[in-house]
Amino acid sequence: MRYIEPHAHMVSRTTDDYEKLVTAGCKAVCEPAFWAGFDRGSVEGFRDYYMQLTVYEPARAAKFGLPHYSWICLNPKEAEDLSLAKDVLEIIPEFLDKPNVLGVGEIGLNKNSKNELEVLERHIEIAADRDELILVHTPHLEDKLKGTKLIVDALLNNPKVRPERVIIDHVEEHTVRLAKEKGFWVGMTLYPESKCTPARAVDMLELYGMDRIWMNCACDWGISDPLAVPKAVVEMRKRGHAQDVIDKVVYQNPYEFMSQSPKFKLGIEYE
Amino acid sequence: MESEMKKSMVAKEASGMGKKEQGIMEDVNLVNLGFMDARIKAIDIAAFLDRVQRAGQEGDYRVVELRKALACLLEGEHGRAERVLLSLSDPTLEPIPAAPGKGAAGAWLNPGN
Repeated sequence: MRYIEPHAHMVSRTTDDYEKLVTAGCKAVCEPAFWAGFDRGSVEGFRDYYMQLTVYEPARAAKFGLPHYSWICLNPKEAEDLSLAKDVLEIIPEFLDKPNVLGVGEIGLNKNSKNELEVLERHIEIAADRDELILVHTPHLEDKLKGTKLIVDALLNNPKVRPERVIIDHVEEHTVRLAKEKGFWVGMTLYPESKCTPARAVDMLELYGMDRIWMNCACDWGISDPLAVPKAVVEMRKRGHAQDVIDKVVYQNPYEFMSQSPKFKLGIEYE
Repeated sequence: MESEMKKSMVAKEASGMGKKEQGIMEDVNLVNLGFMDARIKAIDIAAFLDRVQRAGQEGDYRVVELRKALACLLEGEHGRAERVLLSLSDPTLEPIPAAPGKGAAGAWLNPGN
């Protein structure tokens, strides 16, 4: 089996997890910028983190022959301090130019506040002006429905945004159509306790089709499973899905979306 | 919420799709695959409700909202998972003035209640 892990916060995982990913057939791992579990106190704290995402983590992955790509942004959980957010937004473009950075992400909303929305709109402007790919985080639990609606509106309000270059992640049964019907890609995050189980993700694949959709583990420092995507593949096999369908969902789809960035290249053996 | 319910109708229509259209092999028994898992989850929910009742905590708004959501399970129409999620969601549309914190509780607390 081959697959691409399109969303994993590897900075918070042990090196053992790289070995597990590669053993399971992972051919590339992609890491959006996220919240560290605490609010960073200065723009230099963000600069260090972006260096980790663009220099140090790719080197750690390379020890296992695993291509590592990143997305850069200020996470919505740190958007309430508008003054700091403004300073951080100013350094983002220099990191978007790094060779392993695929675009702006994971931007979005967390508690659906006015400041979060303002910072989201600024991120969208940066991405749209540079024609960058966008990876969107949708809020948790009771905030997801409202947040997804606000995010879709914010994206569509920017005439430069091309939906086929945007993936709206963490969709569930009540938000998947909202995003997909507007032409965006959608991601389903497989978590043991929240978001989506492998069985529910496969249900959504069966109901809403295998196009413009991917699955990811979004493993981080919380309760999460770096092998969630291979486990969803097991669920697909149990239900009798053909190998070419499975390959499309877990390899070809993320490949198709991220290949819109000329920086995303896998070795010829994977093509 | 009404538009969400309308959207749920799409999922209802999907329930009429044949297995082949959904990409499922005809000879797979989904009950065999999922029954034991669903059974233990149902018992776990029942035990949770008993536990919080014994502790006198059944009035917690999250438990109240969960019980409302559970009513969706007994409906005959397809789209139950979506309706459970909608039942637990914030139905408002306006951004809030400021984030009260980072986390989410799992059920919407209506400030009007």
